[in-house]
Amino acid sequence: MTTKTEYTLHPDIVSFIETCLQKEHSESYLMDILHKIQDKYGYLSEEHMYEVAQRLQVPASTVSGVSTFYHFFRLQPRGKYAISVCMGTACFVKGADKVLNAFQTELGIGLGETTKDGMFSLENTRCLGVCGLAPVVTINEQVYSRVTLQQVSELINRILNKDVEKTT
Amino acid sequence: MGKILDQFNHIKQQLLQKREQYLAGSKTVIQIGSATCENAAGAQQVRAEFEKLLKASGRKDIHIKQVGCTGRCSQEPIVGVFVPDKFPFKYERVTVPKVQEIFQQHVLQGQPVVDLILDKKTSNLYNRLVTFSSLSTATTELPTKWENIFNERLKTRGVAEGSVRSFHGGCLGLYSAGEEGGRVGMLVFPEKVMYAFSTEKELDKIISSHFIEGKVYKPLLADIDPLINRFFSLYGDVAFFNKQTRLTLRNSGIIDPESLADYIANDGFEALALVLEKNDPQAIIDEISKSGLRGRGGGGYPTGRKWNDAITSSDPVRFVICNADEGDPGAFMDRSTLEGDPYSIIHGMAIGALAIGAQKGYLYVRAEYPLAIKRLENAIEQCCQVNLLGENILGSGYNFDLEIRLGAGAFVCGEETALMYSIEGKRGQPRLRPPYPTQSGLWGHPTVINNVETWANVPVIVRHGADWFARIGTEKSKGTKVFALAGKIKNSGLVEVPMGTTLREIIYDIGGGVEAGRTLKAVQTGGPSGGCIPAGLIDTPVDYDSLTQVGSIMGSGGMIVLDDEDCMVATAKFFLEFTQDESCGKCVPCREGTLRMLEILERITAGHGTMEDLDKLERLGRLIKKTSLCGLGQTAPNPVLNALKYFREEFITHIQDKRCPTQKCSKLTRFEIDPEKCIGCTLCARRCPVTCIKGTARKPHEIDQARCIKCGECFNVCKFEAVLKK
Ligand SMILES: Cc1cc2nc3c(=O)[nH]c(=O)nc-3n(C[C@H](O)[C@H](O)[C@H](O)COP(=O)(O)O)c2cc1C
Ligand code: SF4
Ligand code: SF4
Ligand code: SF4
Ligand code: FES
Repeated sequence: MTTKTEYTLHPDIVSFIETCLQKEHSESYLMDILHKIQDKYGYLSEEHMYEVAQRLQVPASTVSGVSTFYHFFRLQPRGKYAISVCMGTACFVKGADKVLNAFQTELGIGLGETTKDGMFSLENTRCLGVCGLAPVVTINEQVYSRVTLQQVSELINRILNKDVEKTT
Repeated sequence: MGKILDQFNHIKQQLLQKREQYLAGSKTVIQIGSATCENAAGAQQVRAEFEKLLKASGRKDIHIKQVGCTGRCSQEPIVGVFVPDKFPFKYERVTVPKVQEIFQQHVLQGQPVVDLILDKKTSNLYNRLVTFSSLSTATTELPTKWENIFNERLKTRGVAEGSVRSFHGGCLGLYSAGEEGGRVGMLVFPEKVMYAFSTEKELDKIISSHFIEGKVYKPLLADIDPLINRFFSLYGDVAFFNKQTRLTLRNSGIIDPESLADYIANDGFEALALVLEKNDPQAIIDEISKSGLRGRGGGGYPTGRKWNDAITSSDPVRFVICNADEGDPGAFMDRSTLEGDPYSIIHGMAIGALAIGAQKGYLYVRAEYPLAIKRLENAIEQCCQVNLLGENILGSGYNFDLEIRLGAGAFVCGEETALMYSIEGKRGQPRLRPPYPTQSGLWGHPTVINNVETWANVPVIVRHGADWFARIGTEKSKGTKVFALAGKIKNSGLVEVPMGTTLREIIYDIGGGVEAGRTLKAVQTGGPSGGCIPAGLIDTPVDYDSLTQVGSIMGSGGMIVLDDEDCMVATAKFFLEFTQDESCGKCVPCREGTLRMLEILERITAGHGTMEDLDKLERLGRLIKKTSLCGLGQTAPNPVLNALKYFREEFITHIQDKRCPTQKCSKLTRFEIDPEKCIGCTLCARRCPVTCIKGTARKPHEIDQARCIKCGECFNVCKFEAVLKK
């Protein structure tokens, strides 16, 4: 089992947990803490969840219970480029299911999976609140609106080219 | 004046002074939308470009201001150029190269860029613009009547044709007491004055003075305080807006959502100061009860009654919560309000907290809305700084703290008991009610939980009175409702209308109708708990009761327009997939029942359904509704039951003919290339998004069925009818 010396959470998060401990109902900040960890590391690792349980003085089962209940929390690392297709109603009626399908075929992965090279992962979200611009796809933080099927392979190729430029 | 109002006015003066210094006498204002939707459309780049050009020009009398979104999604980014005494110009779909043009030509040289004007309303080039509006629900026919008389009169009085443009708007939210007698409101641009009159003689006087001599005719200026005037003085010339009544969205697109001073300059926190001064919590509750306000989160429970429920307990620890989880996957009213006017929600919650004796409040916001969260954090901090939140607010002895809590993508957490567990840091699984949150809520204490839009209405009711509010809307549904209009509609966006407005008015008059060349099939309201209203029932008024009557619900405000290309079976399946996925799994009927229903729908959409399946769906649906624990399960079958009621034929076509009339159901669609007809032009192969068409030039092509995603692109592009749809 992990020992205290192996704790790896960033000091900012540790100090946030400590301020939470000062407050009434400190255990109620669990989700806020998990959000902060996901923001920082991209996902919630077993080690980090265990560390949160220890530091916040709640059972580890509570932490894993919460993190598995809420879809927004990821328990696996994402690809370098996280492609997220909105599958809200507005996007659906504007053909988001076909867009998602095209990404799956093009990348050869299913929903929730990451390509072998770790470059792309594919997820869906439920409505980003920009339904007027449907169908909507986000790649990392960038929002792409009114995405057409033709754009799917273009987007992927553009990223691949840029990435090569950056790394060579 | 009392001590508290003194204190408030002091703070107000200080903030306004700072704002003056900051604006430093700037005359021209360039207003740029900044909300998630605006940014997705490129507003940030547009703003950066304006800032660059402004800096280069060295002009100090021009001010760039950010506002939330006006709800005109499909035309974003929207930029306003406001020069005193000139028409307020709005530009649509502004791009970085266009910024150059707008800045050079309009901002610097005063020449509007005509072809970029929002909705191509060349009205901006008229000398004057006139809007007529009714002042009472009893006289909604008046505006049209007076508009006609007005235009005739202008002609006979020799006012140059084309110099004045007129139209009749909605009620503009101007309904006021004692207006049943038939006065009509008349808003004139660019002077932005409002007349109210009832006889032709009076109209003549206005025409002589205002339209011939160019002088405002003071005796007939309306004495009503047009709350909405602010909005309409900027946006009233655009049809999309002038048919709306903006209460909830009164500040969206007007104030800088990151500036408390801007909110205060627009009457912000006046209502709180007033109720603190009066210090009569029960009077607030009575006023809210009298207004007839009902919850906007879907249930429609009377807000005043809810607040009264909460004060019956002797427990002195009480909470207020704002439900900003906005779970309907096709709705964005709450996001827009939070991003465009966060102060109004804080304001409403502070008043509610005073009314029920709560000292602490929580805003439960979807994690998917980072900009809304950021703006709320900023707004809370600013309010704390000037003591509008925190301890001893404005010296009243009353304390109120607000905290933000983030959701994490669970639809069921929009349900009030689940939401409270989630705030407590637990899994968000609903529990049986009663006890209701007003009896035993957060950590067991009495809790009032209301929706974003409900809270946003509270300051307006307190400020303008319950009677004023109750005049808007219908007998049983008071006030306005914001809808997120999306799907196959020309003008997608946010629309706020008085309750009782018909679907037709929303979709055609405001929404501009269905997208080019298609016909309306149905309107979906209520999201995954609602249903599709067929095109034949489009004259249904939107209020709680009428929508329930036609088998849908008001819901939280999602409104998705479907056209003849949409498959109703697939749409019903879409919603059931959603609720099935979001079921928290606590009770069997919801967890297992929705799964069974989904399996049946999957069978039907794959061509393996039987006619008995339809009865099974109905039986299961009724059972789930009756036996589920929370609202999610109790409403989950609605989209399917409703589709079966209105679009049964379509289910039957899927079952008996094994055909999806709209080709939305991909398992029932297959594309093949006829080798006899294909000339090998390669077009389809180049256009296929997943490059699954193989073949060499001038030879017949072939589709790799395993990879085909049935998008139909090849079918659409082939000029030789060689692609067959089966
Ligand atoms: C599954 C489910 C999801 C809900 N989602 C929301 C939501 O996203 N926003 C909301 O305000 N109310 C939602 N509600 C309704 C709330 O339970 C509650 O009735 C509402 O927040 C009360 O506020 P109001 O009276 O102002 O409408 C949901 C209810 C259920 C059963
Ligand atoms: S009805 Fe569904 S969502 Fe509600 S408690 Fe039961 S299983 Fe959970
Ligand atoms: S577009 Fe038509 S004719 Fe041309 S290759 Fe494709 S199927 Fe053949
Ligand atoms: S239907 Fe779409 S995916 Fe299938 S072959 Fe035609 S173009 Fe390609
Ligand atoms: S449905 Fe995709 S943004 Fe709303």
